[in-house]
Amino acid sequence: MDNTIEIKARNVFFYYGKTQALKDITLDIGKHKVTAIIGPSGCGKSTFIRLLNRMHELVPNTRVTGKILYSGWDILDTNIDAVEVRRRIGMVFQKPNPFPKSIFDNISYGLKVNGEKDRSLIQAKVEQALRKAALWPEVKDRLTDSALGLSGGQQQRLCIARSLAVESKVILFDEPCASLDPISTAKIEELILELKKDYTIIIVTHNMQQAARVSDYTAFFLLGELIEYARTQDIFTAPKDSRTEAYITGRFG
Amino acid sequence: MERHFDQELADLKNLILKMGAAVEAAISKSVEALKGLNAAQALEVIKEDRIIDGLENDLDERCLDLLALQQPMAVDLRFITASMKIATDLERMADLAVDIAQRALELAGKPLLKPLIDIPKLAGLAQQMTKESLDAFVNKDVVLAEQVILSDPQADLLRNSVQRELIDDYLNKDITAASRAVPLLLVARHLERICDHATNIAEDVIYMVKADVVKHHPEKLQP
Repeated sequence: MDNTIEIKARNVFFYYGKTQALKDITLDIGKHKVTAIIGPSGCGKSTFIRLLNRMHELVPNTRVTGKILYSGWDILDTNIDAVEVRRRIGMVFQKPNPFPKSIFDNISYGLKVNGEKDRSLIQAKVEQALRKAALWPEVKDRLTDSALGLSGGQQQRLCIARSLAVESKVILFDEPCASLDPISTAKIEELILELKKDYTIIIVTHNMQQAARVSDYTAFFLLGELIEYARTQDIFTAPKDSRTEAYITGRFG
Repeated sequence: MERHFDQELADLKNLILKMGAAVEAAISKSVEALKGLNAAQALEVIKEDRIIDGLENDLDERCLDLLALQQPMAVDLRFITASMKIATDLERMADLAVDIAQRALELAGKPLLKPLIDIPKLAGLAQQMTKESLDAFVNKDVVLAEQVILSDPQADLLRNSVQRELIDDYLNKDITAASRAVPLLLVARHLERICDHATNIAEDVIYMVKADVVKHHPEKLQP
């Protein structure tokens, strides 16, 4: 595989029962780039990134065809262990979802599940993950406190740290700032820009300005189809498709 | 909080400085070409103008991307819009340097009509105003920007003095002097226009720093 490409989606179709949610999606996700997926509600953007870590399997009566190639695997192949896929491709959700445990245990949990027993190594990896998630200075003196006592923005960065600890290479963000105030949002955006040096990031957002600020590439989805996919500056200054233009200028419908 | 956006703004500023330095060099070289009636130097100015045109396109594109992608506000917004306008002025100043170089080519190989006195003064003023307007931009120096604006009438006086002398003492007396007098008339005009563009830059700097519109409001700047 071309080493500038991390993930290749090929002719992906997806159905919830009889409803078609994705139609023939083919796109390449650049390695160590931020790719934003934008589009109106129901366009299939969240459905698409959920396929990337096999979340669709949790929804009954769904069907998927096509391939999503990552690191020599077809992620959609049910012979591939979904847990392994989710370790490599982490997901951060709209609503922060820390475990009702201590800050430390939130991060160490994934390491222990993966069989890590060396306490000092676990400690080092927890610190490293919290540092990378720009949370360490705020929590270093209260690692044993409950994660639920953190602010929304801190909880979200804790969830990012959780992915980093298990050495995910790809991080999916599904509306990561939808429940955060502007300052916390700015911190998450800065963090995303910092993390892309080492990680591949895909972000689904309703917030077009956020997509513009943080992403290198933008994909515009509409009614389950990929309408346009290009460099972010091209999408936001000179989109080629009139539907993309209508959406980003707010003239939709 | 340090923003990634700050680095992009710093890059934009550096690009303006690069273009500014190229324009200063073009003006200075065109003036040297004129003083020495040096055709080779004049041709260099004309050739190198393409580089400055390219820088203007780069700057425009970068500013447009920042406006579209970063939704800048307040001081950031004023910095980016000022940069766009400054790039336009700088490119016009470089074109005027090309115009001066072309006049130097027209005059090369002929004896000078008269020793140049006011034109070098005007050239010196144009170079000084250009440099100071860029310094004011870099250092966000409103006082220096005001000085640039207040120097502009001096440029008009020098141009008028060149015109009066060439018309009264040469053209009115001997129309065959035209081929050597008219290029000098035009050079005075080109230099005075460079001063006008430096003034525009200084006005943009004041807006950028203070959000105060001094353009078309001479009463706001009493010497």
